[in-house]
Amino acid sequence: MSFYETVLRLEQLPYETLWKQYAAEDVKRALRKERLDEHDLQALLSPAAASCLEEMAQRAQQLTRSHFGHVMQLFTPMYLADFCVNHCTYCSFSSIYDFPRKKLGPEELRQEASVIAASGFRHLLVLTGESRKESPTAYVKDCVKILREYFSSVSIEVNPLSIEEYRDLMEAGVDGLTLYQEVYQQETYRKLHIKGPKRVYRNRLDAPERGCQAGFRSVNIGALLGMYDWRQEAFFTAMHARYLQDKYPECEIGLSAPRFRPYLGEFNPDSEVTDRALVQIILAYRLFLPRAGITLSTREPASLRDHLVHLGITKMSAGVSTEVGGHTQTGGTPQFEISDSRNVQEITDMLTANSLQPVFKDWDILTGDPA
Amino acid sequence: MSDPFVLGGISLTSRLFIGTGKYSRNTLIPEVVASSGSEVITVALRRVDPQSQENIMNYIPSQMTLLPNTSGARTAEEAVRIARLARAGGLGNWVKIEVISDQKYLLPDNSETIRATEILAAEGFVVLPYMSPDLSAALRMKAAGAAAIMPLGAPIGSNRGLKTKELLRILISEVDLPIIVDAGIGRPSEAAEAMEMGASAVLLNTAIATARDPLLMAEAFREAVSSGRKAYLAGLGPVEEAAVHSSPLTGFLN
Repeated sequence: MSFYETVLRLEQLPYETLWKQYAAEDVKRALRKERLDEHDLQALLSPAAASCLEEMAQRAQQLTRSHFGHVMQLFTPMYLADFCVNHCTYCSFSSIYDFPRKKLGPEELRQEASVIAASGFRHLLVLTGESRKESPTAYVKDCVKILREYFSSVSIEVNPLSIEEYRDLMEAGVDGLTLYQEVYQQETYRKLHIKGPKRVYRNRLDAPERGCQAGFRSVNIGALLGMYDWRQEAFFTAMHARYLQDKYPECEIGLSAPRFRPYLGEFNPDSEVTDRALVQIILAYRLFLPRAGITLSTREPASLRDHLVHLGITKMSAGVSTEVGGHTQTGGTPQFEISDSRNVQEITDMLTANSLQPVFKDWDILTGDPA
Repeated sequence: MSDPFVLGGISLTSRLFIGTGKYSRNTLIPEVVASSGSEVITVALRRVDPQSQENIMNYIPSQMTLLPNTSGARTAEEAVRIARLARAGGLGNWVKIEVISDQKYLLPDNSETIRATEILAAEGFVVLPYMSPDLSAALRMKAAGAAAIMPLGAPIGSNRGLKTKELLRILISEVDLPIIVDAGIGRPSEAAEAMEMGASAVLLNTAIATARDPLLMAEAFREAVSSGRKAYLAGLGPVEEAAVHSSPLTGFLN
């Protein structure tokens, strides 16, 4: 059994009529329930819920404060390498773009790590382009061993790996996995992923589960919103998270709601995700999965992020660069354009002004070599 | 009235233990300590960052007895490692064992908790295991060397009160160790009820940290815990199903 079987079932649902079946009363019923089911989730994502956003927000905030308190965990990404063998239509790292590619050597890595650590971060997410040749598991592992000297917790966002490879990285000190499906709708997935191993839908879909089986403490998933109808994509994402949460209760399952951002190429998705839609998605995630972490990235503009901190978000990135070595070097190619470019102090000040406590350290990795 | 609570060799006057998580700012911690009158405070080692100026330890008043917890541990081994790190880091030798493998409801894993209790008690820690209220597990924790038992009233952060009341009653009656009701208490009246039932103390965090006015709520809990304890010591009157006349109808026979 894999989530793929659920995907095959969910794909059969009549989405054109399905969303119209729900009325505000269905949303209100879902808001009164303890554990929401698949139909409640559909109601929360339906057009009818648009008139109930405030009630959804009140309940989402209540659940978030009760489970997570008035705290916001902060982390920052570090790009190790931008070599990529895939041609994805929405990403600057796509193999079709000709720019000087690079990967960090040990000394560059140390410089980058010390600058990030000095700004207060103890949680780091390391990313690579998808190239088993240029940034293989062994390379990531070597990097993580160094990074453990600077950070309390290191997570990875790299190409899908096998259970054994994930275990290998865990032994080196990685404790979290982030892997976005990008697009759950299979036909669109194939259209957007033109060339490379990333075209194999199922290999990507099953990778978060392999991460759970390997024993990662946290696994974070998400759809890149804007690539296909957002209601359906958010529905599949939340169902995927629920599947993992039910099957691997010892793993902390988290969600992200990234929206498409400008990048090096010309492609523009035709499925718009408005601010209102994004809010509805985040609230639906929180109500359907009360204990799941929800991450909000710097893809969103500062003013919107400032409001979203009260609506179910538990983790935020800050002081972000999406280029390799971007914390210490210039001239790299960003994976995509960020929107909120505020530094760590500015984000901290914003959270404090919103009566939220920024948390830079929420765990110490207990595997691998201690820092 | 002198009614000290001796735990781990320390004599406490307050039976309200508090937490440090979930506050909107760390500067609230010393204020809550003052309002609550609490003398024991639990702190998650995973949040402690000695390198940071914002280190949570900088906000805990020095007179407090520290109760480091192993929050985040999913196995006995992780809990043991965290406890040892806490002691090595100068946080004392008390430890609240929290082993939670279920990330959906955050319910404690009693069997892993028993294993961790055995190891840490043997190493001289004052061990306070957080647990799902179950008599045989509690007795095994006692046999393993626990200094007190900390059963939950309801899941962490739920503010649902004493959902496990009947099981708590059995633990209080059958386990010859202090019973400290931990997790789930959302209202002062529920803290008072736990104390009236004979709990030795209560530990809570969310109810204070997420109140509109945390300081006033801390004070309310201080009074409730104290009232509940007094009621327990005074001996509650028996509960009768039917009304009992103070001038019974058959009184003339006496």
